Amino acid sequence: MPGERAAIPTRRRLRLAGGCVLAACALSTASPSAAALSAAERARILAPASEFTAPERWESLSGGTATNRKRFDREAFSLPSASLKFEDRAEFFVGNGLFRRLWVSSPSSTRSADGLGPLYNARACQRCHLKDGRGHPPASPDDSRVSLLLRLGVPNGTDEHMPEPVYGAQFQDLAVPGRDAEGHVEVTYTKRARFLSDGAQVELRMPHYRLTRLAYGTMDPATVVSPRIAPPMIGLGLLEAIAEKDLEARADPDDRDGDGISGRLPVVRSNAHGRRLAGRFGWRSEQPTIIDQTAAALAGDIGISSALMPAAFGDCTSAQPACRAGPHGDDEISDGFEASNEMLRAMEFYSQNLAVPARRDVAAPKVLRGKALFYDAGCIACHVPKHATRRDFPVKALAGQLIWPYTDLLLHDMGADLADRDLSGRVVDREWRTPPLWGLGLTRVVNGHMQLLHDGRARGLAEAILWHGGEARATRDRFAAMNRLDREALFAFLMSL
Amino acid sequence: MSTRSTKAYCAAALLLGSVHAAHATDTRAVINHYADIAQAGYSDSLATAQLLQTAVRELVSKPGPKALLNAKVLWKAAREPYQQTEVYRFGNAYVDEWEGKVNAWPLDEGLIDYVSADYGTDSDENAFYTVNVVANAKLTASGKTMDAGNINDDLLRSLHEVDEVEANVATGYHAIEFLLWGQDLNGTDAGAGSRPWTDYASGTLCTGGSCDRRGAYLQAAADLLVADLKDVVLAWSQGGEARKALEGMSDTAALGAALTGMGSLSYGELAGERMRLGLMLHDPEEEHDCFSDNTHNSHYFDALGIENIYLGRYKRADGEVMTGPSLSQLVAKADADLDAQMRAALAKTLGAMSLLKHTADSGRMSYDQMLAEGNGEGNAIVQAAVDALVDQTRSIERIAKVLNAEGLTVEGSDSLDDPTKVFQ
Repeated sequence: MPGERAAIPTRRRLRLAGGCVLAACALSTASPSAAALSAAERARILAPASEFTAPERWESLSGGTATNRKRFDREAFSLPSASLKFEDRAEFFVGNGLFRRLWVSSPSSTRSADGLGPLYNARACQRCHLKDGRGHPPASPDDSRVSLLLRLGVPNGTDEHMPEPVYGAQFQDLAVPGRDAEGHVEVTYTKRARFLSDGAQVELRMPHYRLTRLAYGTMDPATVVSPRIAPPMIGLGLLEAIAEKDLEARADPDDRDGDGISGRLPVVRSNAHGRRLAGRFGWRSEQPTIIDQTAAALAGDIGISSALMPAAFGDCTSAQPACRAGPHGDDEISDGFEASNEMLRAMEFYSQNLAVPARRDVAAPKVLRGKALFYDAGCIACHVPKHATRRDFPVKALAGQLIWPYTDLLLHDMGADLADRDLSGRVVDREWRTPPLWGLGLTRVVNGHMQLLHDGRARGLAEAILWHGGEARATRDRFAAMNRLDREALFAFLMSL
Repeated sequence: MSTRSTKAYCAAALLLGSVHAAHATDTRAVINHYADIAQAGYSDSLATAQLLQTAVRELVSKPGPKALLNAKVLWKAAREPYQQTEVYRFGNAYVDEWEGKVNAWPLDEGLIDYVSADYGTDSDENAFYTVNVVANAKLTASGKTMDAGNINDDLLRSLHEVDEVEANVATGYHAIEFLLWGQDLNGTDAGAGSRPWTDYASGTLCTGGSCDRRGAYLQAAADLLVADLKDVVLAWSQGGEARKALEGMSDTAALGAALTGMGSLSYGELAGERMRLGLMLHDPEEEHDCFSDNTHNSHYFDALGIENIYLGRYKRADGEVMTGPSLSQLVAKADADLDAQMRAALAKTLGAMSLLKHTADSGRMSYDQMLAEGNGEGNAIVQAAVDALVDQTRSIERIAKVLNAEGLTVEGSDSLDDPTKVFQ
């Protein structure tokens, strides 16, 4: 895409702007260094833009110094943080190897790679996180279902549902030889049309999930079925590096400021820290840290145990005794688990350091116009443009950065249409975490599709916006009232992210 | 990058600024020679791949044990110059975008041809995992049907990374390697893949089924490899895209590109993903050239490629030695001790790699055996090479500072430490 790439500042321009040309060096040594930001300076830096005739300073570097400024092709989501030293790149590439590694069933001659399942959704991380990007629902009944999975839970009044008594916390539609997969998922859609105020029509599709060929009997009818598309992997370490108090500062669970937007920071269990922390990863902020998320995905999706999720039998429940009793891959060369601590750490590091691509076309008039519309329509109430990462974050390459993820990492009521339902169709969970928007414009380049939202039901930007309900209803209606040129400008801005 | 190192970098820039102005032409000569070695290395890769292409044609048209052996020998020969060019990755955008077509790895071989029953056939989420193009004229996977009746360049290109699964490798050296050797089913015991020549035989002699389609696949893969290598040779020739990109860079940016390639290959790719991971897992599958058991050579020539561009010296496939202005000379002018240190580090790496290579070449212990759990001697041989690569990368980082090379120290929105400078 040479045309799109032309707008990226060249290295030379970046150096002149902020790097170390000789004159600036003298200045930088004279200025006070390493002083903590004053509250006023911080507020000034993080304040939303108020002027839209030109890009903001550093706006193109969505991930700060970690930003990928090299590749905007299919590999755009697969590069390490640009700020990593060579030494850390080795750790990243070891993690990459583990991320694409195919796990095998036990017993196997390759002791370090066995332990798959017994129930699983995928044999490797990368089989869902395609090109480190976004998964998709099956295109047809015969298509791969692998980058879509279903969580199962029986509500208990907290942020963490109880597992379904027989099927566990997740529906695994694959199993190792000799074991029965839990069943099969069928997705169908009903279509509905929405008209924008200028008469344009957008077709929305509402998904329906049917669990068939259930191998272990009926399910508790109160079970909530939560479809989840594999989310993009970029920028996760930067999101982890935002201080919890900064997220808390934005939370407004009772909408005391009366702006119609609540924003809740859930508290969830961290096996890594042995206590409860703010949830920030997953479509509903189910996990507090990347290493917790990594261990949970290994256990739930692949059936691999680790120090943080020690069950060798993965998500098999006590009502699936044969599944629990089968051979497993725990052994001493992996610290007594199927994935060793060293492997878990390498996968954590890899997941922390997939770089966010730089913006394209930040200075294009249409993009700037779309940016102004994004702000005016109220999108930034939840899709908060800027954050600062902690200075004391242990991964130095990600510390002390100005980043542009376009999220507040809070849960918001998004209305009944998007909600997860139980088996009887009753609406249960209406809240979703604001997903980051960085990298959105490269989805098609990396993944060949533009299927958005937690279940991939939206087939483009217009549909995704029109599905917004609940707290976002007023903002959605402002979008529906836009004329074609404004809509196109808004899309141009979103595609530049 | 911390503020402290930013300042160190600034100070170095101030001190060396005048020095570099005086030697600006030298730097450009070094960069041009770096591009010349790329052109020569890729030309040698092309020439040796063309010999392989011819051998493949002979194998397919007149199959026999000698023809298969000949193709295998020429495949190994073709890897030697190619691996020496891997150092041009990471720093040169053209090479990065091109490289996946010829050297993608690892691959799910079941996409291409028959595999052992141990490979697993059921319920894998890579729908193309056991598609077996050789055996099936019509492919059905992921709800899509593809016509594979005619095995040609277009089909192979369309299968490469199909379904966004990176292990669906349909083209390049490793696809050819699998078609020549077959699966290595020996684990960490001795032995490479042992595909019989009769997999290419006609009539009743044919083993493995669909021998004519297997031959057509092998031929198409060899033809594509040659075509892709022609592209990269052109890109490094005068006026070519890769060379022009380098010529368009400032001296410091171009040096940065060269050093980034050396450092990234040493540390991330080679020491990290290709070597440390295999040691960590003790897994014979974590072997770069796993079908042919040629990984020791693959690693050795990678390391040699790094030394080549530092010393500005490349021994061509025909034995001729190219020499010219080198990074080493540039570094020596600025800091003779550092140059000596870097040369020693490179020599140590090549020493460790030579031991690894000779241990495998002598037939005493192949690379996958070295990875085996409990093989203390083998593990140590691999670890020594990893350690040496790590050590040389530290010198590369120091060189980047001394030469004021861009790209290794990251410019831009450094930190929030100095808001008056960073934010306005």
